[in-house]
Amino acid sequence: MVINSACNDSSLLLTGQQLTFRVEEGITLIRDVTVAINEGELIGLIGPNGAGKSTLLRLLSGIDTPSDGCVSVTVSGSLKPVSALAVRERAQKLSYLIQGAKAHWPIEVEQMIALGRLPFQKWWQPASDQDQEKVLRAMRLTETLSYRKRLVTSLSGGEQALVMMARVLAGEPEIIFADEPVSTLDPYHQLHVMELLREHARGLKSAVVVLHDLSLAARFCDRIYLMNEGELFCEGVPERVLTQQNVACVYGVDSRISLVGKSLSISPVARLRNHQQGR
Amino acid sequence: MNSYPRVLGLLFLAVMGSFFADICVGPVTLQWANIWAAMVDNKASLDALILFEIRLPRAFLAMLVGATLGISGAALQGLLRNPLAESGVIGVSNCAALGAVLVFYFGMTQWSWFVLPLAGLVGALVSVVMIFLLAGRSGSTVTLILAGIAINTLAGALMAMALNFAPNPYAMQEIVFWLLGSVANRSMNEVLITVPFITVGWVLILSCGRFLNALTLGEETTKSLGFNVRHLRWRLVIGVVACVGAAVSVSGNIGFIGLVIPHLLRPWVRHDPQRLLAVSALGGAVLLLLSDVAVQLLSSGGELKLGVITSLVGGPFFLYLILKNRNVWS
Repeated sequence: MVINSACNDSSLLLTGQQLTFRVEEGITLIRDVTVAINEGELIGLIGPNGAGKSTLLRLLSGIDTPSDGCVSVTVSGSLKPVSALAVRERAQKLSYLIQGAKAHWPIEVEQMIALGRLPFQKWWQPASDQDQEKVLRAMRLTETLSYRKRLVTSLSGGEQALVMMARVLAGEPEIIFADEPVSTLDPYHQLHVMELLREHARGLKSAVVVLHDLSLAARFCDRIYLMNEGELFCEGVPERVLTQQNVACVYGVDSRISLVGKSLSISPVARLRNHQQGR
Repeated sequence: MNSYPRVLGLLFLAVMGSFFADICVGPVTLQWANIWAAMVDNKASLDALILFEIRLPRAFLAMLVGATLGISGAALQGLLRNPLAESGVIGVSNCAALGAVLVFYFGMTQWSWFVLPLAGLVGALVSVVMIFLLAGRSGSTVTLILAGIAINTLAGALMAMALNFAPNPYAMQEIVFWLLGSVANRSMNEVLITVPFITVGWVLILSCGRFLNALTLGEETTKSLGFNVRHLRWRLVIGVVACVGAAVSVSGNIGFIGLVIPHLLRPWVRHDPQRLLAVSALGGAVLLLLSDVAVQLLSSGGELKLGVITSLVGGPFFLYLILKNRNVWS
């Protein structure tokens, strides 16, 4: 179903071709990874710690430049290398939500969310009516309106996560890249954030989200990229990627997979003795 | 109280008021009628002389230096996202001071009035070159602070050495008094030599306002919002060096304004780092002008130095602010 749309080039939003990322002294964090993101897709990026998920996300969102390979985005119908875009234009299209995002400075919730509009403003311009409208919309979506005047640093972890989501949503980017946005949240807030991402990834927009909760990935994502040791292990719809064998091979855990409602539920039960961790 | 234009307007009025107060205060009470007569009829008048040659340069300097210390404190606190930052952490104030101290040490002050401010500016320039070399062009914020603190300490040590080996007690006294910070007995020339550097510095800092706002989200996210973090970080540092270097080179080390003013005014602008810049500039000007008024009112015989009073008032006040706001920073 969703796989089919991957073949349709007209709906392609972003591609990463054979991405490799090396840091000094030949340590390779990512090797030869190819990714395609289509309109309306919510893509899950999963894999064990150190598999290169965050690195891949940073390359795709244009924060880091790959050592080899090329990230391209669709600009008015044709693919263009992301490095050829002006940084502002890139920032308008691609939004990055860092892992464990937090306020480094006590500032009010509303101002924090308004920072998501920065790529649309020149330095001498104050926020326009349109900017304010977008900020208001983001606050409504994330249900953060009730504490808009409070300092971000005084909020609970779940509230802060929603504020960070609102900041990203206020920019109305084509693609949201979210790095483990739910890993520290309670189930209620986990679902809220995932629903927001799901809601965003409709129509012409999409989102890529790094997850550790495999059931959550299976339930919300259209497609899943499974990473292992810097390489792409497997890609496709959740049913195809999240098999007992794949989970055992990559994560080194025995798991119980069952169908709950329409989606898979994956619960890890035991570590496998002979699994080689790390590189 | 909290609307930004109102805060700006209020502080601007306060600057005007304290500027006027600073002009009026002094050993001689000015007769405005005499000054008016001097200006209109070109008549020789002692009052006009005092106003234009002594009081005005002094008040202008107090205003410029105070504004510079305020704005650069706000800028560095925003850049480093650390409420303890001020111009000392990037080494510029001590380097500029060292330049001036060397001038006293070698007795070069008699050469010309501009040797002293020039040496201060050269010192500031040296500090930024050294930071560049130490932190590297791509240096992170942490390496920047480490380099700055190292340079600051080194410059402080060299100043101590200059005091240690001072050729005579007079040179030593000159150095110590200069280091305490003052805007007394300066001429319009000193004002004019600092104005270009201070203006450039202010413009560079103010153009980084939105960058400082974005930094609330951290450097990585700032990058993703379309800011060239490396470029803007250097722009801000160079801006601070330009204006603080110029300020220190004519007034010596005046402490605590860069630290206290942004803290005091932050709630007035709802913690907005960009708005804090202009507001801190105005606030710093007010504080230094009022301190200069206090210095002149309190002095009897030996003059109380400006830097002494700002630290004397600033220290306890800072303590009070910490006690009041400690829950915000925890």
